[in-house]
Amino acid sequence: MRKISLIALVLFGALLLYASSGLPGHGDPDGPSHREQSPAGSPVAAAHYIRHAEEDAASPNIVTVVLADYRGFDTLGETIVVLTAGLVCTLILRRSP
Amino acid sequence: MTSSSRNPILITASRLLAPFIQLFALYVIFHGHFGPGGGFQGGAMLAASILMLRLSVGAERSELKFRKSWGTPVGALGALIFAGTGLLTLLLGGRFLEYGFLPLPHLSRAELHSAGILLIEVGVSLAVMAVLVAIYDDIMEGTGGD
Repeated sequence: MRKISLIALVLFGALLLYASSGLPGHGDPDGPSHREQSPAGSPVAAAHYIRHAEEDAASPNIVTVVLADYRGFDTLGETIVVLTAGLVCTLILRRSP
Repeated sequence: MTSSSRNPILITASRLLAPFIQLFALYVIFHGHFGPGGGFQGGAMLAASILMLRLSVGAERSELKFRKSWGTPVGALGALIFAGTGLLTLLLGGRFLEYGFLPLPHLSRAELHSAGILLIEVGVSLAVMAVLVAIYDDIMEGTGGD
């Protein structure tokens, strides 16, 4: 059984390596995520963010603008998740009030 | 762990390092607009500095920096700052988290968005720092010592 799982692991790793050879290069301006239109023909959001982030929020860091402005609601959810993790740890682990 | 087993080198080094780590964490939080960084990373660094003091000088003395009972309230305060910013813009006529409606005078729309991002980054960093410290405190509580 261990041999089978090892072989499966190696094969899966080889598959991932083979698949990664088809990815666009890092920062490739012609990559699918940077095009105006996705291969399916719908507009891609990243082009809008790259073009408008600095004028919309006066911040040169596009990542921060996407994280906290365009997708602020998502970040609020992340913060609530972190807070819930802390509350659950307190509820389960703390003995004295 | 009793106080007699504490290593003076560790105590001195961590006491010297902690303020610099906290200062760099503040830089990471407030410089998030211009470089890599933001609330999550800065909050984790703040928590790291407090946990380093917890480990080296002991729970009692490091409670002077951050009390054990503060963990959950400060975490909730951070989330409240975030959600409160959203509710404030909602009350002032905008949509949830539409920073252009923040009540700050003499700022253009883009600068208001910048200020709103800073507000919620502070909230995120408070929540992350408090929760990380609180989880450590909760886990260590069962071990009897500090």
